[in-house]
Amino acid sequence: MSSKLNRETFIRSIADLLRKAEIELPDDVVETLRKAEAREEKPVAKSQLRAILKNIELAKNHGVPMCQDTGIMIFFVELGTELQPGFDLEAAIREAAVLATREIPLRPNAVDPLTRKNSGDNTGAGIPDIHWKLVPGKELRVTVAPKGAGSENMSALRMLNPTETGSIKNFVLETVINAGGMPCPPLTLGIGIGGSFDKAARLAKEALLEPLDTPMNEFEKEILEAVNALGIGCMGLGGSTTALAVHVKTAHCHTASLPVAINIQCWANRHASVVFGGEE
Amino acid sequence: MEYHLQTPLKIEDIKKLNAGDIVYISGEILTARDEAHARILEMKEKGEELPFSLTGAVIYHCGPLMQKTGNGEKEEWKVVSAGPTTSGRMSKMTPPLLKAHEVRAIIGKGGMKGVSDALKNRCVYLAYTGGCAALAAELIKEVKTVHWLDLGMPEAVWVLRVQEFGPLIVGIDAKGKDIFAEVREKAEKVYEGMQK
Repeated sequence: MSSKLNRETFIRSIADLLRKAEIELPDDVVETLRKAEAREEKPVAKSQLRAILKNIELAKNHGVPMCQDTGIMIFFVELGTELQPGFDLEAAIREAAVLATREIPLRPNAVDPLTRKNSGDNTGAGIPDIHWKLVPGKELRVTVAPKGAGSENMSALRMLNPTETGSIKNFVLETVINAGGMPCPPLTLGIGIGGSFDKAARLAKEALLEPLDTPMNEFEKEILEAVNALGIGCMGLGGSTTALAVHVKTAHCHTASLPVAINIQCWANRHASVVFGGEE
Repeated sequence: MEYHLQTPLKIEDIKKLNAGDIVYISGEILTARDEAHARILEMKEKGEELPFSLTGAVIYHCGPLMQKTGNGEKEEWKVVSAGPTTSGRMSKMTPPLLKAHEVRAIIGKGGMKGVSDALKNRCVYLAYTGGCAALAAELIKEVKTVHWLDLGMPEAVWVLRVQEFGPLIVGIDAKGKDIFAEVREKAEKVYEGMQK
């Protein structure tokens, strides 16, 4: 493949990527949900997990979005410094968002924050949200994560005191209790610690892109165990499956600061990636 | 226990339900979320008549993804994806709504806070699995009509004919038992225990 991109092909691929993300969950997510269903003993919780697995299958077979909240579009773009796109990538991504909204179709969710006027096509000021990262090489990797509001609304950020590292776990537990069944558990928790006010939030969101079968460290396991001990369960109806995984990402921060962000993800941990370019 | 109910619901239909029971509903249900709730209450205040009946009704907290097929006079709507939305957002508007109209069941996800008194002897809260929108779309057999499309697709009131819509878990029964509140209370106790 040439290191030059074709604009039309790019737009088509991004619209197809959105379709994939909305209709099909990554294998690691489905597998983790299956294991949770097999492990769960409470009949009500089991019935919820069964409905989720059936829904995943139906969405895939019928080619329809698995959730009516098709989310707002969040893109993570890794752009190789040796690649010459030759066109405005951001404008092309916006065009793909409009195309996907019409084609799949997607629910138009993007509204002006104050007038609440809906743009009708999932674009608007700052939306889709695009995170850019320059990387060495000639590849362009685009990941999209459509994020629904049920789980996003229950997310939280707190600026802790530097000596309060011991209360990070409590902050997570309080956030999960407060969320209850609203964010559609079983959850995945992305936790960002350090950086700055905004960086912690971005780290938390990036943590949600980690495959669910990525081994957790002791700190992550400790938080997961405590969260599941709360007994909130699938959809807040009780049971042992409140969260499937906890992933923490850290960054150095100011000595006088300890930002902690918790990004809550529902069971529908939707994301998909595509790579362009590479060797000529 | 498992129940299969037909709309419009009668008071006896719901009084026998206990928190934790499984319910399937057939017949007509109406979607309503934030904006529709606000308008229903506003019209009540002004003494205006609703363009639909809420007597014996089942309200579904849902902002569906719909697709228009056909055109002009022959235009029809098709459900693409229609799972439940977070009911918590409608917690404050629900008691006045139940006072004004004889709604017999509310379907949603995540539970509601401070509504069990308003539900007593008149209405039940049924939990439908969040995110299960493709499954829900399978059980919606017909889009009968739509009201208030000016509110936008997710906020409009969609009148849907469903068949064996479920499994729905009775989250709050008409006697005031609230599973979500109990789960929350238990979680808070576990949390307190962890602090010792």
